[in-house]
Amino acid sequence: MSVLRTLFGFFVFPGLLYAVPMGLFMLALERRLRARLQGRLGPPLSQVFYDLVKLLAKSPTPRRPSDAALMTGLPLLSVGSMAGALALLPALAGDGGFVGDLVLFVGLLEMPPLCLVLAGYASRSIYGEVGATREALITIVSNVPFLAALVALATGAGSLRLAQIVSGAPWMVRLPALLAVLLCLPVKLRLNPFSLANAEQELLAGPLTEFGGRRLALWELAHALEFVALTGFVATLVAPPTGLWVLDAVRFVTLSLVGVAALTLLAASTARLKLGQATRLIWRWGTLIAGVALAAGWFFRTGGQ
Amino acid sequence: MNAPERGLLLRLTERARRRSAWLFHLNAGSCNGCDIELVACLTPRYDVEQVGIRLEGSPRHADVLCVSGPVTGNARAALAAVYEQLPDPKVVVAIGSCPATCNVFAGSPMIDGPLDRVVPVTVYVPGCPPRPHSIIDGIARAIDLLASGRAVAGEAVR
Repeated sequence: MSVLRTLFGFFVFPGLLYAVPMGLFMLALERRLRARLQGRLGPPLSQVFYDLVKLLAKSPTPRRPSDAALMTGLPLLSVGSMAGALALLPALAGDGGFVGDLVLFVGLLEMPPLCLVLAGYASRSIYGEVGATREALITIVSNVPFLAALVALATGAGSLRLAQIVSGAPWMVRLPALLAVLLCLPVKLRLNPFSLANAEQELLAGPLTEFGGRRLALWELAHALEFVALTGFVATLVAPPTGLWVLDAVRFVTLSLVGVAALTLLAASTARLKLGQATRLIWRWGTLIAGVALAAGWFFRTGGQ
Repeated sequence: MNAPERGLLLRLTERARRRSAWLFHLNAGSCNGCDIELVACLTPRYDVEQVGIRLEGSPRHADVLCVSGPVTGNARAALAAVYEQLPDPKVVVAIGSCPATCNVFAGSPMIDGPLDRVVPVTVYVPGCPPRPHSIIDGIARAIDLLASGRAVAGEAVR
């Protein structure tokens, strides 16, 4: 893995230079599309950018130094870990990545939910605490099928390297694993029907209730990057890179945007589930599909012996 | 306030404030009439999200505090606390006749209003209840004052 290639991945594609504008565009697309589906015109695509600028120009409420450090540090950590996760995405073919980068990728993907839980508790608001509890529970619930699907993919491809998994996992493993990952996608992006943690209005703003100004802007940025990373991961699984850089990039972008549109359609057409209902749904169907993927992976590896 | 003299960042900030106003709605003893009219602004017919206005769940996220109701004794402390929780710069929009004059509740021993005895009000939107058009107009005026930095605490535009 060349240094140049890694730097390109981190800073240009699918890293920061691509991911920050793309993430903002995805958030804007989500809001506008949802408005259209609800019979409204919706905000212009520049809305998210102006929201971010406005938030950056607002002074956050003064806090005790220990609280302030946590409340600024946690969103920064989320942004940083998502930038790292994006750099590991095998969007383009080549010798990118290293053996075991799947483990690092999963670890980085799990940082924003963890930070959000800690942020909810650190903000010392009762709404933050309830939101944090919900986020913690739903993350644990959704990670059962998500991680099982990734284990199935790794078994099927016989490697813990993302690039090899994406190009080498057989379709009989990949298809059920992809379905399980897709089911977990709205949970990880906190969209309807799994918007339990941020639960707008119901819990004020969930874990982010006490966050304002620059700190909230950082959370928005982290959320935008989460969108790019998770839809991008699904995009690479659906269409593994072929080696033609331009074609791969175009396909990656298109599939990511299709993913956002599908998620918006789901979010606009469903209502928020309760924690028990969401758990039942994910564990009943997600675990079943992930179980099928695991069995297929095992079968493919051992030949049924 | 000459436009060319100000820096790019200042102009961008002003533009962003003008185009992205997040509201926090507080019911200070309202009969729910004005509250319904405020929510009507979000429906497909009026759709204020087109101009970036969004109803937020937390006062920490908001720029505009929309208050309805004549400010009852119970609501007074909550109102003062919520006003403090909005990060600067902020404006207050009084929705309906109640926060402006206490309306039919004037003189009641249960009422600590009108609103400007508790927090400085930027714009009054009269009506019982005001129509969504008037509310949108009031919010637009408040945003204009907020963005251009002319929203002075305690000074109202009627």
